[in-house]
Amino acid sequence: MDWLNIGSLALGELFSPFTATFILCALGLSVHFGYTGLLNFGQAAFAAVGAYGMAISVLTFGLPLGVGILIGLLASAVFAVILGIPTLRLRADYLAIVTIAASEVFRYFMTTIGFAKVTGGSNGLSQFGEDFWAANPFPEGTYGFGPFMYRADELWIRVVAFALIAVGAVFVWLLMRSPWGRVLKGIREDEDAVRSLGKNVFAYKLQALIIGGALAALGGMVFVINLSNVQPQSWGTTFTFMIWTVLLLGGAATILGPIVGGMVFFVLLSVTQGIMSGLVDIGALPFLTLPQVGQIRFLLIGLALMLLVIFRPQGIFGNKKELQFNG
Amino acid sequence: MANEISIGPAAPGCKKHDPILVADNVMRQFGGLTAVNVEHVEIPRGQITALIGPNGAGKTTFFNLLTGFDKPNTGSWTFEGKNLAGVPSYKVARLGMIRTFQLTKALSLLTVIENMRLGAQKQPGENFLRALIRPLWAKNEAAITVKADDLLKRFKLDAKREDYAAGLSGGQRKLLEMARALMSEPKLVMLDEPMAGVNPALTQSLLDHIKDLKKNGTTVLFVEHDMHMVRHISDWVIVMAEGKVVAEGPPAQVMKDPAVIDAYLGAHADTDLGTVAINVPGKAGN
Amino acid sequence: MNHLTLGNRRGFSLWLGALAIVFGMLFSATPSLAASPSPSPSANNEQLLIKGTIKNEGTPVEGVSVQITGNGVNAKATSGADGKWVLEVTTKGVYKVEILLDSLPEGVGLRDPETTVRDANLTATNTAAVLFPLGKDTRVVQPIGDQIIVRVFSGLNLGLLLAVAAIGISLIFGTTGLNNFAHGDMLTFGALFTYLFYVVFDWPLLLAATATIALSALFGWSQDAALWRPLRKRRLGLNQMMIVSIGFSIVVRYILLLFFGGETKVISGDFEAVVIGPINTTVNSIGSMAISVVTLAAVALFLTRTRIGKATRAVSDNASLAASTGIDVERIIRIVWVVAGGLTGLAGILYGLQFQANWMTGFQILLLLFAAVTLGGLGTALGATVGALIIGMVVEVSSLIIPTDLKYAASLIILILVLLVRPQGVLGKKQRIG
Repeated sequence: MDWLNIGSLALGELFSPFTATFILCALGLSVHFGYTGLLNFGQAAFAAVGAYGMAISVLTFGLPLGVGILIGLLASAVFAVILGIPTLRLRADYLAIVTIAASEVFRYFMTTIGFAKVTGGSNGLSQFGEDFWAANPFPEGTYGFGPFMYRADELWIRVVAFALIAVGAVFVWLLMRSPWGRVLKGIREDEDAVRSLGKNVFAYKLQALIIGGALAALGGMVFVINLSNVQPQSWGTTFTFMIWTVLLLGGAATILGPIVGGMVFFVLLSVTQGIMSGLVDIGALPFLTLPQVGQIRFLLIGLALMLLVIFRPQGIFGNKKELQFNG
Repeated sequence: MANEISIGPAAPGCKKHDPILVADNVMRQFGGLTAVNVEHVEIPRGQITALIGPNGAGKTTFFNLLTGFDKPNTGSWTFEGKNLAGVPSYKVARLGMIRTFQLTKALSLLTVIENMRLGAQKQPGENFLRALIRPLWAKNEAAITVKADDLLKRFKLDAKREDYAAGLSGGQRKLLEMARALMSEPKLVMLDEPMAGVNPALTQSLLDHIKDLKKNGTTVLFVEHDMHMVRHISDWVIVMAEGKVVAEGPPAQVMKDPAVIDAYLGAHADTDLGTVAINVPGKAGN
Repeated sequence: MNHLTLGNRRGFSLWLGALAIVFGMLFSATPSLAASPSPSPSANNEQLLIKGTIKNEGTPVEGVSVQITGNGVNAKATSGADGKWVLEVTTKGVYKVEILLDSLPEGVGLRDPETTVRDANLTATNTAAVLFPLGKDTRVVQPIGDQIIVRVFSGLNLGLLLAVAAIGISLIFGTTGLNNFAHGDMLTFGALFTYLFYVVFDWPLLLAATATIALSALFGWSQDAALWRPLRKRRLGLNQMMIVSIGFSIVVRYILLLFFGGETKVISGDFEAVVIGPINTTVNSIGSMAISVVTLAAVALFLTRTRIGKATRAVSDNASLAASTGIDVERIIRIVWVVAGGLTGLAGILYGLQFQANWMTGFQILLLLFAAVTLGGLGTALGATVGALIIGMVVEVSSLIIPTDLKYAASLIILILVLLVRPQGVLGKKQRIG
């Protein structure tokens, strides 16, 4: 088995744009769930709304990418308001069901032939990120060392993605140490109590939903600019539950949790994949085929989600006393 | 019988000299069941008023209705002359009418001092945009913290300042909830069973705190089962049974009222009026 | 607020063991399938393409969609201006390509109207072309009145089927407070085991169905015994349980994928066609509806007439009160899991026999089930039935007005709108939303 290759592939995941996408989405989910207690099961849709908002602005309306990004963020805020108004007054599990339903609805709308002229239907859209690649300040060539060797383009997207993560993390940190963040944490604990103290709980929840959604929208944009296309299939419920696993792995109400959770998650996933593929190659797992190894990855994600919630709900970084769940 | 609080003799729905809260025809039905049906009631300003009645009398539901936590089928009520029907609960609180809950709602995973700070109003840092810039709210935060520490000392919780509220005893949580309610300097404090689950050692200090409130000019309305407590500290007693106000008056007079004894014995034949009634959480119509 | 106790590890490892047994059972039940055609590995960096050109009498047709399923793929491709469509896949194997008739322009139909699904074989090659020759639409355009009747019939059919599965969710939610995200996969379980027994083992239908229901009920029971009961004992909060159920649903789904493969299973045999007025249906659809109605009636009788049924409703109403009157709450919950497992397995059979099923089927239906249960009012069996009928109707009737590929979206939008107006659901009691 090629351990060197497995190790270097795994380390490559540390700073991949894919990892960055999930870190940004998980950071947003930490605002929703970790700090405010909102059970958002539609985080994939927030990312998708941001990605499509950006792509459609550029392709259909011919706007510059920068404006497209702003429109993508705005679209995710509108999506949050549309979702929030009927559900944020209701019990937590209603929000869970409605957000997952809404995220599927959005996917159906992006897939349907009726809107294919704008959305590209199931084939999706591409060639909206040219401005981004054109703005690359790094001259041609390769940079880095060992497993972290990148071409100029690869370096550029990583620098931008992780800069976004840094800004996002500082932003969330600033908010959560403020009295505003205190109200959110109070809502997570008992919204009636916070209401009885004169706070407009609904408005706070809506603000939290918008902010966490905007972070996910940024994640979605990183995802599609890196892939150079946006397709409806990407944003299924699996995407959402991977975000949940990343968040719970790191710790739901922590700033570093989503970042380290994301890195650990994708490195572990790559290592298991590498080892299992290696074992299949040398015939040690005769009952498995290579595609099935890929399927087992998802099985492991599900298992990780279960075990984390049951045994270590505070994640790697969470304070053991400050468990993040409302019974 | 004449008294200083009501205009004319005490009777269900009687007028007060200086009411702070006036409710009219407040009715709430669950399915076919009428939980609350109060024709007229006035809460006297600056006094301690007890709201008593057997389990299921609708006391907590009435509390929820008055504070905007539940909506009545019909009815209107005013607080200091302002109509409160249809006003959301957080606005009711901002007007100076703060309540506590029967099942204590200490915010478990916030520290005691953070619980207290949350009780303050007019903290500009609770606005999302200002929250990002510390200098815009740091001064208010310091003032709020001084006040919070002051109250914590009064309620003898200062030693627990940095503890999670989850780590407090039941009685301490009740104290915290009451202290937190006082952070906004309310005009009317509504306490839902402040003594339930509090150990006897803390009972006296809770009673003293309630009397202190009156001294500072705050009006108190509380729901309670314990008749001793009602007799000791309340200036006025309102008795509810089956959703209606069946009697009211000064404590000594109400305790002798046959309608009150009826209301209690009717529902709780085995309850001695002098003992703490057993309180089954969740059964008092909430 | 619920605090976890992290003790009791021994008890926990015990049930993890039990869980392993359940899965072991699941695995060993499918020996012949592990060897059945599963996708063979493809070398990395190889481009695998499924493609085709849609032409009507020689002219390319734009905007026609095909649905490609198999090997874990469920994707759609749409023809461009040159009539060409293409889909890139990553796994070798055989894929099903279905042309979506609703996407054809008016007046255009398949030259062979019977064949809407064709195979794309990618086991040996890197590209597979699939063609659907077009010609004049030979489909009879029905008058609108007839179309409505047909749609209402389909809606009723789907609604009844959903109701059978939704009652399980509703009973479990009522008695334990759990929103079980693994419920859809219990339906998949039923459908795929019917495939195993009825198609692969070639057992008689009745025997296959009985075995499937028994196995599904056992799956329900063992799920509760190995997972949910220990978690209840640990006093795990309901929201945590909900996330555990998501993890569990992913695990179950991928185990089913590993052992049954990704391709869509055709379970229905040759059933006789039945024509009632404008409605073209088959014996199995009629049978399915009849079985659903009988089952729903039996559940209603069970809940209202039997002691256990009454106890179940009492537990749903107020578990601690029920316990204080001497009802063994844990026993009731156990029974509920067995009943829910059996009912959902039955729904899986009915679904598999009428439509087709793959490893994703249940999860796709799950949202419709949640919509039904939420619409009707969480935790009431009658509400779940009514909600399911509404959802079934919305899904089918809405496609008269909106494109077929949005019919599921329509039902979910209805759910969101109803919550806006009446959060407790159509039949729910107001207090329930707390």
